[in-house]
Amino acid sequence: MNEPEMWYKAPPRPTLIPLPPVRATKPQVELTVDGQTVRVPEGATLLDACMERGIDTPTVCFHPNYTPVNVCRVCVVELEGARTLVPSCSRLAEPGMVVKTDSPRVKTSRKMVLEFLASSVDLSTAPELLARCQEYGARPERYGPPAPPATDRDSRAAGHHHEPAGNEAQRVAQPVKIDNGLYIRDYSKCVLCYKCVQACGDEAQNTFAIAVAGRGFDARISTENAVSLPDSACVYCGNCIGVCPTGALMFKSEHTLRAQGTWDETRQKQTDTICGYCGVGCTLTLHVQDNTIVKVTSPADQDITRGNLCVKGRFGHESIQNRGDEPELPA
Amino acid sequence: MGGGTNSYQEIEETEVILLWGSNARETHPIFFHHLLKGVHHGARLFAIDPRRTSSVRWADTWLGLDVGTDIVVANAVGREIIAQGWHNQAFIDHATTGFAEYRHSVEPFTLAEAERLSGVPAPAIHQMAKAYAKAKTAIICWTLGITEHHNGVDNVSALINLALLTGHVGRHASGLNPLRGQNNVQGGGDMGALPDRLPGFQHVEVDALRQKFEQAWGTTIPPTRGWNLTQMLEAMGNRQLTALLVLGENPLQSESDRHHTEHLLRSLDFLVVQDLFLTPTAELADVVLPAAAGWCESEGTVTNSERRVQRVRKALEPPGEARDDGEILFDLARALGHDWGEFNAEKVWNELRALSPVHAGMTYDRLEKEHGLQWPCFDEAHPGEMFLHSRLWEQPLNGPPVAFQVVAHSPPVENLTTEFPLRLTTGRRLDDYNTGVQTGGFDSPLRRGETIDLCPEDALALGLTDGEWVRVVSPRGAIDAPVRLSNGLRPGLAFMTFHFQDSVNTNILTIDATDPRSGTAEFKACSIRVEKKSL
Repeated sequence: MNEPEMWYKAPPRPTLIPLPPVRATKPQVELTVDGQTVRVPEGATLLDACMERGIDTPTVCFHPNYTPVNVCRVCVVELEGARTLVPSCSRLAEPGMVVKTDSPRVKTSRKMVLEFLASSVDLSTAPELLARCQEYGARPERYGPPAPPATDRDSRAAGHHHEPAGNEAQRVAQPVKIDNGLYIRDYSKCVLCYKCVQACGDEAQNTFAIAVAGRGFDARISTENAVSLPDSACVYCGNCIGVCPTGALMFKSEHTLRAQGTWDETRQKQTDTICGYCGVGCTLTLHVQDNTIVKVTSPADQDITRGNLCVKGRFGHESIQNRGDEPELPA
Repeated sequence: MGGGTNSYQEIEETEVILLWGSNARETHPIFFHHLLKGVHHGARLFAIDPRRTSSVRWADTWLGLDVGTDIVVANAVGREIIAQGWHNQAFIDHATTGFAEYRHSVEPFTLAEAERLSGVPAPAIHQMAKAYAKAKTAIICWTLGITEHHNGVDNVSALINLALLTGHVGRHASGLNPLRGQNNVQGGGDMGALPDRLPGFQHVEVDALRQKFEQAWGTTIPPTRGWNLTQMLEAMGNRQLTALLVLGENPLQSESDRHHTEHLLRSLDFLVVQDLFLTPTAELADVVLPAAAGWCESEGTVTNSERRVQRVRKALEPPGEARDDGEILFDLARALGHDWGEFNAEKVWNELRALSPVHAGMTYDRLEKEHGLQWPCFDEAHPGEMFLHSRLWEQPLNGPPVAFQVVAHSPPVENLTTEFPLRLTTGRRLDDYNTGVQTGGFDSPLRRGETIDLCPEDALALGLTDGEWVRVVSPRGAIDAPVRLSNGLRPGLAFMTFHFQDSVNTNILTIDATDPRSGTAEFKACSIRVEKKSL
């Protein structure tokens, strides 16, 4: 067989290192945040401007990789000349804007939002949100004792909402959904940040198995016609779990260990490695407790996965764990 | 050097994507995220596949060709581009040779002739040719639908010809990208696990290159290429090869024509299998060396489909007596009289860096900090190449021009006959992997076991219903499997996977015809018949 000469010889190196086309640099926008001048590139948001100044801004529904959905209203700031507070995650910076992030109005608004969330949602596995509640002095207990959990949230239709009695705090509580072996859905812990819907939709997975159903306080994340996951379009990539900020979506392994009281993050070690399946090269962060993989995530700030994995990468490690005898623990 | 020419990021910015013989939605799901970003940004996606897969559903146009007619379609695209004057004459003159021969060779592949041979409507071929040639940037991606044929190398050449014809290579967001099926199949080749290569694609038959390694290793290296897997199987057949060390492979189940493979493995004098699991291949072995899992129980590197070398790290202690592959090989060397010292992954890597120019700049420190580096990376200041072959656009041309490869259509080795009238093709599903050794253990809600997928028309003609167990017969053997009706198949086409071989042994059916150059078997095409089981 005739093999061309280049088969034996490495091609010459390019004279220049290949680079993507140079993009025009964006003009800078100058604005004032808390009395100080900030410059950000055109197209940046007020949240970017706050970060540029090192101002710690609470967010719930914001995800750096996704288009802002503007639903939580925790990141609001005061914009001079605007009638209402504006969501910093989506409002674009404009020249000459004057923004305040620590006015009483901003603080009260953030506190109210956090209070409403904490009074209606179980935040026990959302330490960051609980810390924000404390920071802003939220007192969810002032809305009264918690109302009993509902069993009919999945079937509530718009316009059929019953007025609450007013003497107890309405809650989104409902039984945990365990309908498959890989992950659970505990919507008592759901703050409706929409990130799971975005992850399942066109921001990442493009499977569209879930959406927000219902209106007002009855709004909830649902599969089509509220069918179980095995009957839905779900492909078990678990990218919704990866972005859930409250633990409403959780590996079944984590849920089980928590129920047994043996989940212990202080005994867990996280190690980044590369998935052993196909040739894409996804970074897996293995969360290991007692020499057992208890959860798999992926870094959101690395370009190959942007935090996303497929069913094999996220869940397909059981056979490694179960081979041979019980794994021997290091001495 | 062989590897995908572009980075994943570039497919998000390209104008036209040809996804050829690849169901990346299920087999490379996270790459498909990047591809879908491209589609959302306005790229036109053409899917060339016998099956209407879950990837195809995202395409603007589906070219549902008959199995094994890829060259017909590719050559027809090439002919149409030339006939319409859409080819990039300036690039052809500047950077290629053999255009006249190529033009002559594709002349018979008119749109009408291509439609007759491949089943793809002529307007669809015309449309794809126009979109691909006229785009400012365009990327071709392929997987095993191109390579798992008796003429897989020719199939790849046919696609490369299209890139040369239009200048869609060597530029940002334009190129040719084979998606790698295993996490280190790219790295294995890069490290010299090829019959004719030393690490870094350095040809063993080039004296100067071989001598460099001989000097570093203080030993002599056989000066001619070795066998590929197919040749090894042949050599087992004629007793030239009598002892075998198998590392992390399950050939008994992964090779085509299972009965034949089993006979060859059993005829060996000595078989050693080094694996995570006691696979069916390992069960035949004289000695089994239990290994640690490369991706989570040991330190090292792997290389992905965008040529990125990435670190794997130890997160778990391996069970029982399982040990790092490197430690086992070092011990083996010592037992054979060569003391390589203590095994250390970084030390081995640094030795590689000293011998392979394309890896020279990749220190462990940099791999850590920069989340991997793409080869070639010639020194520690080099960022790695985002896309390959930019030299082809330099004025004057830097290095030799690239030759068009004339390729002829050659249908699958096994013809359809009245006795075996159906075409069986094979592939993977989303939640399982190859022979199922690794994925079998997890509780996938998507798993439905092996089936013989048929289109509703064929099932109706045979009087079969969904879920009914049937006998599937090929010239090599017969197995039982349940029928699954699939709207993604056209009449005459059947589909199976390899995932559940302990229950349904698909490779009893497949043919061991292989491409003489790549050694890859024609898993994508054999002939079968489906028999209703008597009640």
